[in-house]
Amino acid sequence: MSEHGYSRRKWSNRIVLILSGVAAGLAIMVLVLILGYTLVRGASALNVDFFIHGSTPVGVVGGGMRNEIIGTLILVALGSLLALPVGLLAGIFLAEFAGPRVAASVRFAADILSGVPSIVVGVFTYAIVVRPMLSYSAFAAGVALAIIMIPVVARTAEESLRLVPNSMREAALALGITRWRAVLSVIVPGALTGIVTGIMLAVARIAGETAPLLFTALGSFWGFRGLFRPVGALPLQIYNYALSPYSDWQRQAWAAAFLLMMLVLGISILVRWLSNRRRI
Amino acid sequence: MTMVYNSINDNIQCKPEEYMANLEDKKGILEVQNLSAWYGNTLAIKHIGMTIKSQAITAIIGPSGCGKSTFIRCLNRMHEVSHGGRVEGCVLLDGKDIYARDVDAVVIRQRIGMVFQKPTPFPTMSVFDNVAAGLRLTRLWSHRRELEEVVERSLHQAALWDEVKDKLGQSGASLSGGQQQRLCIARALAVQPEIILLDEPCSALDPMATLKIEDLMKNLAQEYTIIIVTHNMQQAARVSDMAAFLMMEEDRAGVLVEYGSTSQVFTNPKDKRTEDYITGRFG
Repeated sequence: MSEHGYSRRKWSNRIVLILSGVAAGLAIMVLVLILGYTLVRGASALNVDFFIHGSTPVGVVGGGMRNEIIGTLILVALGSLLALPVGLLAGIFLAEFAGPRVAASVRFAADILSGVPSIVVGVFTYAIVVRPMLSYSAFAAGVALAIIMIPVVARTAEESLRLVPNSMREAALALGITRWRAVLSVIVPGALTGIVTGIMLAVARIAGETAPLLFTALGSFWGFRGLFRPVGALPLQIYNYALSPYSDWQRQAWAAAFLLMMLVLGISILVRWLSNRRRI
Repeated sequence: MTMVYNSINDNIQCKPEEYMANLEDKKGILEVQNLSAWYGNTLAIKHIGMTIKSQAITAIIGPSGCGKSTFIRCLNRMHEVSHGGRVEGCVLLDGKDIYARDVDAVVIRQRIGMVFQKPTPFPTMSVFDNVAAGLRLTRLWSHRRELEEVVERSLHQAALWDEVKDKLGQSGASLSGGQQQRLCIARALAVQPEIILLDEPCSALDPMATLKIEDLMKNLAQEYTIIIVTHNMQQAARVSDMAAFLMMEEDRAGVLVEYGSTSQVFTNPKDKRTEDYITGRFG
C-alpha cells in the first residue's frame, strides 16, 4: 500500500473521530443545558410550598403544584393499571404463543401504534371517551396514556421473553408442565428484570405526555375530585403557566418542568440499576 | 418461541405385541414402530423400530447428525415442540400409542422424563424449587412436607443430597456444571417417571463429573428404564446393556442400522457399517 493512501486514511479517520466526538458532546450538552436552565429558572419556586399547596387565583402570589403532582401520579397509575394487563399479555402472546405470521402482523401493528403522534391519541380518546361521557375526566386521560403505553410494554415484554433461552422452555415442558404454567412460572420470572425495565421506560414516557391530556384531563383548578371529573397534571400546568404573563407562574412552570425531568431521570437511573443486575 | 403442534396420529397399524399383556410387573416398556420424524420438509429419521428393554440402559450411538437426539425427543413427544416438528409411526408405552389422539403430551412427559445436553436448572429458582418444580407446577397445590420428602429423596437418588443439603435455598445456577446436571436428573426423578431419556448428558462435563453421572445411571437402572444418547463410544460400552446404532443414509435421514446387546454390538457387530464406526473408521 502506498504511503499516500495510508496518510489519507489516517486523516479521514481523524476527521470522522472528531466529528462524532463533537456530535456526542452536543447531545450531552443539550441535556445539561436543559437541566441547568430549568433548575436556575425554577429554583426560586422550588420550596416546600410548591409541594404542599394548591394553585392560587390570578394575582395572589404563592401557591404550589400539590394538586398537579398528585394528579400526575394518579394519571400515571391509572394509565399503567389499564395498560399493564393488556400490554403484558400481548407481549406474552407475541413471544410464546403466536405463530410466526400472526406475530409478525401483531408486532407490526404495535410498532405503528407506538409511532402514532400523541396528539392523535388525545383526539381519538376525546372522540371515544370524552364525547360519549360528556365530560373531560381523569379516566379518559388514563385511557389515552394507556394507549400510548400498551405497545411499548408489549414490545419490551416480548423482547425480554425472547431472551430467555429456549432450553428453559424445553426443560419445563419435558417435566410435564403445561405451556401456560411454564410461561408463568419459569419463562416470565426469567425475563422479569427486562419486563420491569420496559414498564419503567413506558411510565417515564407517559409521565411527561402533554398533548393527550389537553383533550382528556383538561386540567383543574381543584385537586383530584374523582375518576370522572377533570384533573390537573404537571405537564398541563407547565403548559398553562408557561404561557401566562405572570412571572410567579412562569417560575412555577420552570420548577414543575425541573421536577418532571427529575422524575424521568430517577426512573431512568432505576432502570439502569435494574438492568445491571439482570441475571440471565 | 413458536411451536407447532401437528403430530396427531391416525395410524392404526400400531399394535402392541401380545406378550406385553403378561408383563404386568414390569412397567415402562417402550416399543417403537416404524417411526419417522421431520423438521418441516426435512426428513430426520425414518422407519425406526425397536423394543426398549425395561429397567436397563439403552445407548443410542451414531455419528453426528444421524438423528439420535431427534429419535429420543420423539419418545416423550418433545419433538413436536421444535419448530416444524412432525412425527409418523408409533411409540407404544406399555402397549398404548403415545401419539394417539386421546393421549395428552403433558401426561406422557410426566411418565417419560428427559435430561438435556446442557444443564438447564431454572436460574430464577433455588435448588429446592428446581427439584420441586415438576411437582409444584403440575398441580394446583402441594403440601410443603410432601415436597420436602420428594426433594430429599430425589436428591439422594441423584447422588447430590450430601453436596447441596446445606444450600437448598441457593440459586440452582450457583452449582457447578456436574452438580447442575445431577440437579436436572433429580428434577426429572421428582416427577416419578418410569422412563428417563438422557440426551448426551455428559458432553458438557469434565471426566470426574461424567463418572459420577455414569455411576448414577447404573444405580437408577435398577428402578428405571434409561435411554441415553451419547457421542462417546467408551461411555456407551461402559454403562449400557443394549446399544442401538443409528446412521444417516444418502438422503440424510437417520436409520437404525443395528440394535442388540451392548456386548454383541461392540464385539461382534452384524452390520459392516457398525463395525466400521466402532473401530473408528469414520464418524
